[in-house]
Amino acid sequence: MRSRKLSQFGQQLFFVGPAVLFFTLVMIIPFVMGMYYSFTDWNGVSGQVAWVGFDNFKHIFSGDPDFWKSFGFTVRFTLLGVILTNLVGFFLAYFLTKPLKTRNVMRTVFFMPNVIGGLLLGFIWQFIFIKGFSTMGEMTGWSFFELPWLGDATTGFWAIVMVFVWQYSGYLMVIYIASLSNVSKEVLEAAEIDGASHFQILRSIIAPLIMPAVTVSLFLAISWSFKMFDLNLSLTKGGPFKSTESVALNIYNEAFLNNRYGLGTAKALLFFVIVAVITLIQVRVTKSKEVEA
Amino acid sequence: MEAKSRGKNVLIEIIMALVALLFLAPFYFLFVNSVKSFGEILSNAASWPTKFNWENYSKAWELARFSEAFRNSIVITVISVLLITLFSAMAAYRMVRSDTWFNRLLLLMFVAAMVVPFQTIMIPVLKVVNTLGVNNSIAGLLLTNLGLSLPLAVFLFHGFVKSVPLEIEEAATVDGCNPVTVFFRIVMPLLRPMMMTIIVLNALAIWNDYLLPSLILQNPSLRTIPLATYSFFGQYTKQWDMALPALAIGILPIVIFYLLLQRYIVEGIAAGSVKG
Repeated sequence: MRSRKLSQFGQQLFFVGPAVLFFTLVMIIPFVMGMYYSFTDWNGVSGQVAWVGFDNFKHIFSGDPDFWKSFGFTVRFTLLGVILTNLVGFFLAYFLTKPLKTRNVMRTVFFMPNVIGGLLLGFIWQFIFIKGFSTMGEMTGWSFFELPWLGDATTGFWAIVMVFVWQYSGYLMVIYIASLSNVSKEVLEAAEIDGASHFQILRSIIAPLIMPAVTVSLFLAISWSFKMFDLNLSLTKGGPFKSTESVALNIYNEAFLNNRYGLGTAKALLFFVIVAVITLIQVRVTKSKEVEA
Repeated sequence: MEAKSRGKNVLIEIIMALVALLFLAPFYFLFVNSVKSFGEILSNAASWPTKFNWENYSKAWELARFSEAFRNSIVITVISVLLITLFSAMAAYRMVRSDTWFNRLLLLMFVAAMVVPFQTIMIPVLKVVNTLGVNNSIAGLLLTNLGLSLPLAVFLFHGFVKSVPLEIEEAATVDGCNPVTVFFRIVMPLLRPMMMTIIVLNALAIWNDYLLPSLILQNPSLRTIPLATYSFFGQYTKQWDMALPALAIGILPIVIFYLLLQRYIVEGIAAGSVKG
């Protein structure tokens, strides 16, 4: 009896132990430490850490317009990024589930930007915005290409949105293709025979049936765009004058540029709360719209 | 009816082909300009190169220290992915088969951890890495990669292990297998489909990661491909005949990897998202 109990414990240790060890060291301990540091004036270098109570949070809410500017930027970016990646991803999937000869090649093409890291993609587009667009402008004479791309707040914002949509639509396309190919052909044909228009079929039959895919896609798109960092760093670095700085970049700069680790962790904790609340609301809302096929 | 819908499909095909070309345009700009001379890039960035200056590539390769970067990226990605897959499969297996309060709480914590943004733990995790004495080393990056990636992997395996029939394991136990050999000989092979998903998701994420390695690896000889490219791009900004071949070298391995294994990658992504 005793040895059997021991072996149960031994098994638990052997199978779950490594995962728990790394998870504790890298997620749990830092998370708890972060809560503590957000109430201190830690600068990351000196060993002296003084407790400052709610000072960091007071500072964020009353004396840090840059943080709220970056928050506004992130919210606007998330709204557009989520809507556009989902629309583009869905319509790519919608047309690529039709019997086209080249659909496999096209799926490969549309997914490709996704396998490359955001940092390298951002640098490639930096070249295109600066040199490629000016050449295209000379060739076509279109004013669209001759805007000061990456040079001001508006073009910087739209540049990041554009690259983001280019990068992530293919991923959502894959999810929507998997979901669309499960929609039964008979139901669609029956609707067509009954005289439903394409739009009616899309809205009243396809949309409710693919709601689970919508839940997942919205979840992913919100989390990518809310935490967007690499593209931001490589395309604009938050400039000009912090006009295109995301929250993730703001936290990074606060800690590693200004050496205010305490304030940085306070912002990071607030960021976590906001992300968690938005995620929970979104999953609850879209889950309630799912139907059984 | 048939002919009409076929005609319509041809039209859709043409429109989609144009969209696909638009998607590929950035790669065209990258590759044609990466072999041009500096003057030619400035005079026309859209034209086909008049002369292919392949020495742009060899110069960029030398100056950006890509030989080291490749080695580091491969070592870090391969070891991380192997250990993540192994440890998460082991943990998920035990957590499904032994339904204790501890294991249920653990699953809940793994799920909760998936919502935590990296920025939230980014600053204190460096302190942990420093305290353990693995800062500025590949070991430090492996440790953090594992901790950050295990929650999702355990969660995905957890859903999958439930579908593995218990009878096979019981039969193996009767035949004299102990729990460890049951897991490695019987269960692991059955987990293969989900394993592909986890390998693909993690390999892409770790290979492409910039932020975490940039915080842990300060020594230039430890740089991964994104780090080497970032520092090179910083030094040679606007020197496009150096920067562009470096970018092309940086994306080539992952693009080739994708084209070779695209079926598994796309299926893996689809499977992972449906479960997630």
